[in-house]
Amino acid sequence: MDIRLDGVGHYYDDFEVLRDITLDIPQGKIVCIVGPSGCGKSTLLRFIGGLERPTSGKVLQLGDPPTDSLNPLTYIFQDFALLPWRSVADNVSLVLEDHGLAASDAKRIIDDVLTRTNLADFANALPKQLSGGMKQRVAIARALAVNPAVMLMDEPLSALDSQTRELLMDDLIGLWTRAPFTAVYVTHNLNEAVRLGHSIVVLSRRPGQIRDIVHLDKPLADRRFGDPDLEQHQQHLWQLMRDEARAADAELLHV
Amino acid sequence: MSDRPAREVTFRGGGFAPKPVKWVGLIVFVALIAFAEWGTRSGWISALTLPKPSDVLATFGELYQSGLLFKHLSVSLSRLAVGAFFGAAAGIGVGILIGLFSMIRAGLVPLVAAIFPIPKIALLPLFVIWFGIDEGSKYALIAFGTFTPTVVATYGAVDNVDRGLIRMGQSFGLSWLSIVRKIVIPGAMPGILSGLRISLAIAIILLVAAEMLGAEFGIGAYILEAGSLYDLERLFAGVVILSLLGVTVSFVIGLIEKRLLRWRS
Repeated sequence: MDIRLDGVGHYYDDFEVLRDITLDIPQGKIVCIVGPSGCGKSTLLRFIGGLERPTSGKVLQLGDPPTDSLNPLTYIFQDFALLPWRSVADNVSLVLEDHGLAASDAKRIIDDVLTRTNLADFANALPKQLSGGMKQRVAIARALAVNPAVMLMDEPLSALDSQTRELLMDDLIGLWTRAPFTAVYVTHNLNEAVRLGHSIVVLSRRPGQIRDIVHLDKPLADRRFGDPDLEQHQQHLWQLMRDEARAADAELLHV
Repeated sequence: MSDRPAREVTFRGGGFAPKPVKWVGLIVFVALIAFAEWGTRSGWISALTLPKPSDVLATFGELYQSGLLFKHLSVSLSRLAVGAFFGAAAGIGVGILIGLFSMIRAGLVPLVAAIFPIPKIALLPLFVIWFGIDEGSKYALIAFGTFTPTVVATYGAVDNVDRGLIRMGQSFGLSWLSIVRKIVIPGAMPGILSGLRISLAIAIILLVAAEMLGAEFGIGAYILEAGSLYDLERLFAGVVILSLLGVTVSFVIGLIEKRLLRWRS
């Protein structure tokens, strides 16, 4: 299943945040969206997942999601959004409970995703006992459990320290290499974008418009920490963004 | 470098972090009672000002041996349980509805705000007319008094549930009922329980008020009778029972919090 954004624009009251975004998200690829703060990239992600409606334009699903997908459009949030009163396994179970699965099927799915994210030993831990990185792994496991057609990742690593971020990037690359998934990955971190993106969409400052789309052909598994050619791409992206970021930084917030 | 005068940096952190200290609370109680005992024995405090704590204890013993303690207490506790249960249950229910639906909120919040400051004791004659002089009016008074603070605490708690968690629930396609049951209510539980602490203390106050009007048995009736005879020993024995009741209720809520809110960091 592909996703197509067709002329998406948005206003908050009479304040334009996004303008004429047209974009294809092809199946099996990770599309990163980068841009200065306040450019509407998280808003764009909320449109794709149906949590908000754009003022103009359409978000289209092309083709049908796989029949065994319980929740085709699935988010991973920056703040993890785990229920603090549920254990790791029960947090994953939460998103399966409304689907009327047999208990044994649900258990099999939970065991499978916890194993894939190396959390099998922590099934009974409460979120408060986990580090930030572990919490985000739980959120990733929860997202995998519903077998999504498209993963919508909203700055998933931004709340983590840089070492943990590296580890989780390796995890994500590992997960993708074993079973390629489709993802829209919103970030302000250009390093994450060049490590994880098959294509990188650069948004301008508010109102957010597509400034450029950069395609990276190097396979994800071959991208390493500090790769010179990735470094070069990152430089190029920063050139594109620099002035926008500076102007965005100097703007007054309208809240 | 080394010949310059060296001075240790002055420590100016610390404080503002109260820690639990054992026994101090008990020592304060014991010291106060010992002081009262000493004062009354030495005649420094006259018997009309304050009864001797040992006499209060003796009265308490008599009350226990005569079996009247159990009689008064069981009657009072059942009134408290019935009244507080209905008041708190209705309060939590209405509070959750106010937290979830704009129309109910717009309609009921002003009403609750109007009812909240009315001293419920003032309405006791009205309740007697509505629900009869028997148990009905007592249940109603306690329930009504428990209801309003529970409503206010509950909808405040529902408002404070992390919207991010609710959005997460929606993004995974959870049903409305699942979101309420599995996210909103557990998320509001800390606020609801701390509201119950206040509501139940109010329930005990109203219990005594209700029993001061047309009750044969009950701690309130016992205190009223002692008061009208200026029998200070019995009056104090009654007050001590109320105090212990309050401490017990608070302790029980503490236990419930410990069990239900283990997830809090």
